[in-house]
Amino acid sequence: MEYREFRLTGSGGQGLILAGIILAEAALLEGKNVVQSQSYGPEARGGASKAEVIISDSFINYPKIDKCDILLALTQKAYDKYIDTLKDNGVLIVDNGISLNNNINNINVFSIPILNTASEKIGTPMVANMIALGSIQAVTDIVKMESLEKAVLSRVPKGTEELNRRALNEGVGLINNRKGTLNYETC
Amino acid sequence: MADNNVVLMQGNEACVEGALIAGMKFYAGYPITPSTEIAEISASKLPKIGGKFIQMEDEIASISAVIGASLAGNKAMTATSGPGFSLKQEGIGYAIIAEVPCVIVNVQRGGPSTGLPTSPAQGDIMQARWGTHGEHSIIALCPSTVKEVLDVTIRAFNLSEKYRTPVIILMDEVVGHMREKVELPNPSKIEIYNRKKPTSSPDDYMPYKVKDGDIVPEMPSIGEGYRYHVTGLVHDEYGFPTNDSSIAEKLITRLVEKIESNLDDIVEYEEYRLADADEAIIAYGSTARSAKSAINLLREKGRKIGLFRPITIWPSPKQQIEILAKKVKRISVIEMNLGQYYLEIDRIAGKYTNVTKYGSVNGELISPDEIISFIEED
Amino acid sequence: MVSKLIDKYYRTDRLPHIWCTGCGNGIVLRSIVKAIDNLGLNKDDICVVSGIGCSSRASGYLDFNTVHTTHGRALAFATGIKFSNPNLHVIVITGDGDCAAIGGNHLIHAARRNIDITTVVFNNNIYGMTGGQYSPATPTGDKGTTAPYGNIDYNFDLCELAKAAGATYVSRSTIYAANMIIKQVEEGIKNKGFSFIETLTICPTYYGRKNSKGNAVDMVTHLKDSAVNISAYEKLSEEEKANRIPIGELYKRNRPEYTEKYESMMKLF
Repeated sequence: MEYREFRLTGSGGQGLILAGIILAEAALLEGKNVVQSQSYGPEARGGASKAEVIISDSFINYPKIDKCDILLALTQKAYDKYIDTLKDNGVLIVDNGISLNNNINNINVFSIPILNTASEKIGTPMVANMIALGSIQAVTDIVKMESLEKAVLSRVPKGTEELNRRALNEGVGLINNRKGTLNYETC
Repeated sequence: MADNNVVLMQGNEACVEGALIAGMKFYAGYPITPSTEIAEISASKLPKIGGKFIQMEDEIASISAVIGASLAGNKAMTATSGPGFSLKQEGIGYAIIAEVPCVIVNVQRGGPSTGLPTSPAQGDIMQARWGTHGEHSIIALCPSTVKEVLDVTIRAFNLSEKYRTPVIILMDEVVGHMREKVELPNPSKIEIYNRKKPTSSPDDYMPYKVKDGDIVPEMPSIGEGYRYHVTGLVHDEYGFPTNDSSIAEKLITRLVEKIESNLDDIVEYEEYRLADADEAIIAYGSTARSAKSAINLLREKGRKIGLFRPITIWPSPKQQIEILAKKVKRISVIEMNLGQYYLEIDRIAGKYTNVTKYGSVNGELISPDEIISFIEED
Repeated sequence: MVSKLIDKYYRTDRLPHIWCTGCGNGIVLRSIVKAIDNLGLNKDDICVVSGIGCSSRASGYLDFNTVHTTHGRALAFATGIKFSNPNLHVIVITGDGDCAAIGGNHLIHAARRNIDITTVVFNNNIYGMTGGQYSPATPTGDKGTTAPYGNIDYNFDLCELAKAAGATYVSRSTIYAANMIIKQVEEGIKNKGFSFIETLTICPTYYGRKNSKGNAVDMVTHLKDSAVNISAYEKLSEEEKANRIPIGELYKRNRPEYTEKYESMMKLF
């Protein structure tokens, strides 16, 4: 039975809840059961933001996540706060600006330039969430790229489709370019 | 690939979908977390279908406008959370005595007062039952999944029209904000109940007389030629105020009885793995989901445990709980408060079995692990 | 002999009314009905909404669609009714306590939206139904059962409040000038927008007795003597204005009406 728990963390305004929704919709397109939820503070921007997605092939009862299989962290604050919620042998995807602590044994780490790729290569920090989604797809293969693209295109504002598709592919590239050096990155 | 009728939907969004299927044509509300999406989505959708949306100056104005709209012939809804629900109690009392159909959604959050505005709770169970003043009965429904939010909202409108009474939907922040798979129903296959209009001429119309065989009086819309009087005072069958004690007794009793004597129609519940169970959990809303996970794990350990989940919270499923109580050696009530529905269950089941409770008020959904520890410990 | 107006517009089987001897409410109510008669409106198209208090009992005596609501909320109920069915002529009957204290917020916002509701306030300067407590319209220094040593609050100028909040027709009159009430209610109903009509009436039983204002005739005479038409009032010195109350059409303006604005928004789809 497939049952995978994703926790996407960062700061408010980084579009992580949207990323969670898109990931859930992509899984839904493949006929899977999903639950997406979030927790948020009073701030609309800044502050800690967290989106959670459960993907399963059977009905999901308890809709919350305790320990997750895959943790995405886009800020140091989010990383520090949530790193201990990752399961043993879980997958950690972090922006490479984040300094990792020493307690990350038995974790598969992918430290990649998500924020830098968004602002430097694509030209807007707005698409960091899409780069992250692409990297999640490449690492986990939880949904097909085709489903993810379809879900992205149905959710993003008109006129930004191409930009978002590019960002998604950049995210995939950030992982695939590192495939050969995976051992290096795995602690 | 999934078909087009399967969508990812948020609980609050499903509430509006259900309301629109049921025929909602009017929404009045005031922003309050975690219910605000219900207002936002209504504001976006209603003008497109000839419906009316208005953001009122406060919660009391919202329920008042909803009652006015219903009197004018529109199916109407408002949504809020705990603090706003308290303010709406004034209008709920009016809707009960004047017999005005309307739907009030309470997406529960932590309280009292501003409390934990973005966190779930189930602290308004007794407020839903006894929040308004005076002797009354009430219908309150409690969905546990996003799809059920949609179904329960349709049902809330149907019950409110059928029994001419306000119906409360008690959601919680988890169910309101989570997104999950919803298979949209075919609206043409859903039974929609509309209030019964008078068939007599305006001269013979008695606005608060129940015809033989009917549950409630017939209800015209304002402007249809039946010029009648609506009041929050105790009134006679013509709708006019009176202090006559026998009329007062008869009216208030009728308002309570129209609900309490139709439990078979109103009460809805789910039984989960109860067939061979010798112990049971009673939980509702999002907590029932945790309970199901816990039950599945406890079953793996060999315990014969199941869940009774009231979907109609008020009036409570007395008969079914009594039957359950006679069958099992223990009932545990699990809820995100410190024992509100427990009081009702213990009242019904306490003389037949051991009733225990587990609750929390920390703003977190109770987890399956917590439930398992509680069940195994006691 | 029952007057033609009463026969045509009142629920005669509901009479006699509950108002005290000398109460001014009947004069205001007759004036409203007379205005409706002058305009030749269909009874089925009129909805009278009232709150709680002496004046708000008026709705029960009238043969229209009538809704006697909760304390202070008449305008909020009326907003739901008018917005649902813009073809109705919605008239709100309310008192000074009902509309300016507990219902003050609804008054402000109904005026702000400029929704097409005609509001007639029966201002008797006191809470009568509950036995003579001071209201937001009780003049400073006057007594009520809850102001036994004299009211230290300042009283509201309700017309200024309605004007500032956005009403498009604002007027005031007294029960001595009943013909003026009739004219103002006609204008208020004709105004496509929020109309606010304050009528100064009397409560000999509570306000009068508590404040040694004499009998009903004395109180009406006092209203007659203190009310000055707005055009004359504006020419008075500040000193002369102090004890006078301006009456007449105080304010009018054009502004699109709420339900019409919503209808045009709906046409976008």
